[in-house]
Amino acid sequence: MSGVEGYMYPNEITLYWSVLIVLYPFITGLVAGAFILASLERVFRVEAVKPTYRLALLTALAFLLVAPLPLVLHLGHPFRSPEMYFTPHDTSAMAMFGYVYLWYLMAVLVLEIWLDYRRDIVHLSQSSKGLLRLVYKVMTLGSSNISERSLAIDERVGWIVTLVGIPSAFLLHGYVGFIFGSIKANPWWSSPLIPVVFIFSAMVSGIAGVMLIYMATTKMRGKKIDMRCVDTTAMYLFYIFIIDFSLEMLDLIHRIYEADESFRSLNFMAHTKLFFSQIVLQICLGTLVPLILLFVTQVVKLPEIVRKYMYVLSGCLALIGVFAMRWNVVIGGQLFSKSFLGYTTYKMELVTREGFLAALALALLPLLFLWILVKLLPPWPEKTASVAGD
Amino acid sequence: MNISRRKMLILLPAAAVAWESVLAGTPEASPNYKMSDHWWGMLIDISKCIGCGNCVRACQTENDVPDGHFRTWVERYHVDDLHLENPTVISPDGGKEGFPAVAEDAEKYFFVPKMCNHCADSPCTQVCPVGATFISPDGVVLIDQKYCLGCAYCVQACPYGCRYVHPEKHVADKCTLCYHRITKGLTTACCEACPTGSRQLADLKNPNDPIHAFLKTHNVQVLKPQMATGAKAFYNDLDGSVR
Repeated sequence: MSGVEGYMYPNEITLYWSVLIVLYPFITGLVAGAFILASLERVFRVEAVKPTYRLALLTALAFLLVAPLPLVLHLGHPFRSPEMYFTPHDTSAMAMFGYVYLWYLMAVLVLEIWLDYRRDIVHLSQSSKGLLRLVYKVMTLGSSNISERSLAIDERVGWIVTLVGIPSAFLLHGYVGFIFGSIKANPWWSSPLIPVVFIFSAMVSGIAGVMLIYMATTKMRGKKIDMRCVDTTAMYLFYIFIIDFSLEMLDLIHRIYEADESFRSLNFMAHTKLFFSQIVLQICLGTLVPLILLFVTQVVKLPEIVRKYMYVLSGCLALIGVFAMRWNVVIGGQLFSKSFLGYTTYKMELVTREGFLAALALALLPLLFLWILVKLLPPWPEKTASVAGD
Repeated sequence: MNISRRKMLILLPAAAVAWESVLAGTPEASPNYKMSDHWWGMLIDISKCIGCGNCVRACQTENDVPDGHFRTWVERYHVDDLHLENPTVISPDGGKEGFPAVAEDAEKYFFVPKMCNHCADSPCTQVCPVGATFISPDGVVLIDQKYCLGCAYCVQACPYGCRYVHPEKHVADKCTLCYHRITKGLTTACCEACPTGSRQLADLKNPNDPIHAFLKTHNVQVLKPQMATGAKAFYNDLDGSVR
């Protein structure tokens, strides 16, 4: 049979989780990571990253709005998906998705953004015209009280929401990792480390993503990039990256040293079918190179322009590396037989519901949402200052 | 309401056709079947399997299994003396049409029929997000296909590769232990078609079932016992190389 080497159980030849399921943990990871970056300023009072605070929140929201789409699109019966809310199966990790998602969306992200933007929204509802005015009016939720006392309450509640949001972000993405890590039938997935690795790689992708978006949008607006902010963001990216890489290597070394019954199979995959996506993309290009670049920026005093290029390069490579990691988990976990005697091949389609174009559209959709959100709720530091000064 | 003779003549055949379809969609009642009296499993005697593929064909016919997918299949193992842990396995088209001949002086060859193990602690039912797949009170793992989302999480969770997503219905599908037959006192299609009695439907709650005597006197094993799934497909003469 084409694409099959050795022996696969006959029902294993087709892969049921496609590139869309790769996209799902990648997107939720960006959400969790972007939120953690935002919380650095809010909870841990890292003032240097303040210029990215609102942008990080809006990025998280834009990606979170898209997060369920790959899942729903992948279902055989997408219209039955509300059943997960109405009749969830209490032993299923996946059944909790809807609740974790809703909690994170409504109780954390939307609430925090609303509280943070409330003063701006009230101002904008008074200064804008036409349909936009109506939109802002609705967004005030009927409250135009922006007295000092009221704003102080907003600040306090917002701080609490962020505080709750940090474990929630861990829950959101750790939970995605658990969906894979709890499958005992699949040795590639079955590991208690997977949720932890997912959380740290999520932070890497989220921080890298927001850093890149901040640099790109600042450049596009013709403003000066706040290097103190980018330097600090890159420093956090470096530290989190080290933890992420250590955990991934711990998992890898543990597997190699333990060499259980699945090792022969998994080792073969890493040297053949996953060589490019795992060894080349994930470990070398997507982890080691950005780590070295970031390390250099930490220990060598480099000119601003060089640092900028190095940050952009390491950010892009980190995103590629994290995407490759999701790919290797989701697709890699289905390429070998549970008999450990054979391998199949993933053939990505182009224009089908789960094909390349659908995945590409879903990967770009958050950027469109972000553009709309940024237009509606400008996150730029100078705007904040001017609105505050009104 | 006034119905003319002419209208009645049109309506009656239509009603008759509709009634036929209602009857066709209604499962046959099994008034004497009590689920709590049974706990179903399957005994598979590897030493008796000749790899004829009758079971696979019978299953596909009985259950309308789509081509390229299998509720049951047969594997042929070839275990080399030097590679006891790494056998060579084939299952051409699920063993439906039998297997290519081997040389007479060949080494160790044997057939292993596979199917859903109807696990008592089944990982597939554990992960289903809506509970569309479940264990019936008589120990059969079933799927409510009108409820299944088609997420394929259960396919990933089954350690034995027994599930697939039906290419037309877009829902999970697998062996039902011919539930429509066993609840009427019949055996499964695969058991009925097996010419050597390699497969035997077993009711563990029935004290008169020969399974009890068999289990007492034979070395019976389940597949992948380390998975702790409470598998109920019991294999006699199971070689250690079988996965």
